[in-house]
Amino acid sequence: MDDRTGTKAAGACWRLSPPPFAVKFANLVFTLALTFIGLTAVTFIIGRVMPADPVLAIVGDRAPKEVYEAVRLQLGLDKSLLQQYWIYVSSVLHGDFGRSIMTTQPVLDDMIRFFPATFELASVATILGILFGLPMGVLAAVRQGRLTDHIVRVVGLLGYSVPIFWLGMVALLIFYARLDWLPGPGRIEVYYDGIVDPVSGFILLDSALQGEWEVFRNALSHIVLPASMLATYALAYIARMTRSFMLDQLSQEYVITARVKGLSEIAVIWRHAFRNVLIQLITIIGLTYASLLEGSVLTETVFAWPGIGQYITNSLFNADMNAVIGGTVVVGISFVGINMLSDVLYRIVDPRARV
Amino acid sequence: MSENVAGASWKGRGLRAWLLVDSPESLFHARCQRLYLSWRAFSANPIAMTGLLIIVALVLAAIFAPLITGGNGTEQVLGDRLLPPGAAHWLGTDELGRDIYQRIVWGSRITLYIVGLVAIIVVPIGMVIGTVAGYVGGWVDNVLMRFTDIFLAFPRLILALAFVSALGPGIENAVLAIALTTWSPYARLTRAETITIRNSEYIMAARLQGASRLRILYGHVVPLCVSSVVIRLTLDMAGVILTAAGLGFLGLGAQPPLPEWGAMISTGRQFLLDQWWVATIPGIAIFTVSLGFNLLGDGLRDVLDPKSEGRA
Repeated sequence: MDDRTGTKAAGACWRLSPPPFAVKFANLVFTLALTFIGLTAVTFIIGRVMPADPVLAIVGDRAPKEVYEAVRLQLGLDKSLLQQYWIYVSSVLHGDFGRSIMTTQPVLDDMIRFFPATFELASVATILGILFGLPMGVLAAVRQGRLTDHIVRVVGLLGYSVPIFWLGMVALLIFYARLDWLPGPGRIEVYYDGIVDPVSGFILLDSALQGEWEVFRNALSHIVLPASMLATYALAYIARMTRSFMLDQLSQEYVITARVKGLSEIAVIWRHAFRNVLIQLITIIGLTYASLLEGSVLTETVFAWPGIGQYITNSLFNADMNAVIGGTVVVGISFVGINMLSDVLYRIVDPRARV
Repeated sequence: MSENVAGASWKGRGLRAWLLVDSPESLFHARCQRLYLSWRAFSANPIAMTGLLIIVALVLAAIFAPLITGGNGTEQVLGDRLLPPGAAHWLGTDELGRDIYQRIVWGSRITLYIVGLVAIIVVPIGMVIGTVAGYVGGWVDNVLMRFTDIFLAFPRLILALAFVSALGPGIENAVLAIALTTWSPYARLTRAETITIRNSEYIMAARLQGASRLRILYGHVVPLCVSSVVIRLTLDMAGVILTAAGLGFLGLGAQPPLPEWGAMISTGRQFLLDQWWVATIPGIAIFTVSLGFNLLGDGLRDVLDPKSEGRA
């Protein structure tokens, strides 16, 4: 009797409140919108409000008064700040970041041209980080408190501490200038440039799909050094988190059960504990990927990698504010997007997070 | 009576006995004991001690820079350009004949200046927002945390780049840019701590005694957040040093002739192939100091945060 009223009440409750998935989705959209507003507000303040005189930056100090006034009106600087912000947001939503002074192209076109190189670099670096970081983390957890564990800990701390742009320079000095094992800066040798149609923009992927193996090999030899430099941070972070998650899992009761059943240590670690670790690692890998995307700024400068980081720094030195702000917004949006995506993925994969 | 006996047990047996006696006699005695016990746990940790050693060396180098080097790191001797490391110039000279060893030592002042300024800006802002959000709760919490989340979601280096490009290069602007993107984790951290502390019984007791909100917050809640903030700050300092060096490398941080390590790498880059030491040595300095903060933070976490013992 009591039981039945209980289920009835629960059922009624279900009908009154929206399904939990819809609530989560609405929450996500709300957070995303808020972050977008924040990002545009900060870049608006940086690009339009903070420079002493944006008009002067464009026309130069020798321009006659009429030209100055015309540009001022054109930029909408006679309107209130709130109106200016509104115009800025709506143009960003239309993908209009203005023109780059340096390339004379619309900033969005430049972004589309430069972004794949950065994505390729960050992807290879993340893959390298996972390949080395995961086993290191698992090993450290299994051998907790022993020499292996300490070594992994120190390697992790080294990876956190090294200035990657400096490491990249030293690596270029050793492997390119002295030993001549690897090619120098750049994404690909000039004479291989333009052989492959840029379908995805990832040279490695495009050349492999089109069967141009020589191009593939050249591109691969070029990406090895910058990607490994970028991967030091990813490796440190992934190894550390894997260790901590793994220790957590190994102390759970199901692991003891598995051992009592007489399963081999390999089966216990990889088939039981590691599977649960993998789910938690999705978020960590997402975070790593996003941070490598922005961390590539300095690496790209050192390795002359034609990606978004180099684009932003070059624009910086040419006082190309449209390009800088556009680049910041695009990187910011992909940063937030990847983090959100990994969060959603985590909820889908882990049944516990869905409750 | 028994207190007297316990109190007397350390008498005449030196400082160590006084520090280890079971029942402290005053607040001061208890604090000294607590400090001593933490120090014992801390000094038994080789990782933490290595870190501490590096940071102490950095601070000493910064304080005694004129004494150690006998110069100011900006004297140019154009006849001694790009000399390799040797007896006269331990770490060689740069493109203007300046002694690199002198410049590294003087550069430690700039590094400490940046790190200190960022800490002074970031910690109070983060802690005030975090404690208020956690203690007051409700819509205040919601608004403050949404605001924090926005900053948490930003890509750090890129935003710092954009910020410096608008304000113009320079140390102070670099510090502002770094601080702008560093404060938000502190707000999250202190909020989480405050929420757990808020519901404990001694806060209830303080409230029943009629303590004001402000007194509870800054007399009872904040002191308990300090240890986790200190850990986080130490670990963050490594990242701050790397970001500052990166900005310096791009020419957006400290301007020449200041001996900032990142900027030194940037000028040394032109001579990398033939005079490797010009760019390599400042990098080693950055690496060492950043490692020092990481080691210290990692060790502090072991000592101050019993929850994470043996973990992460």
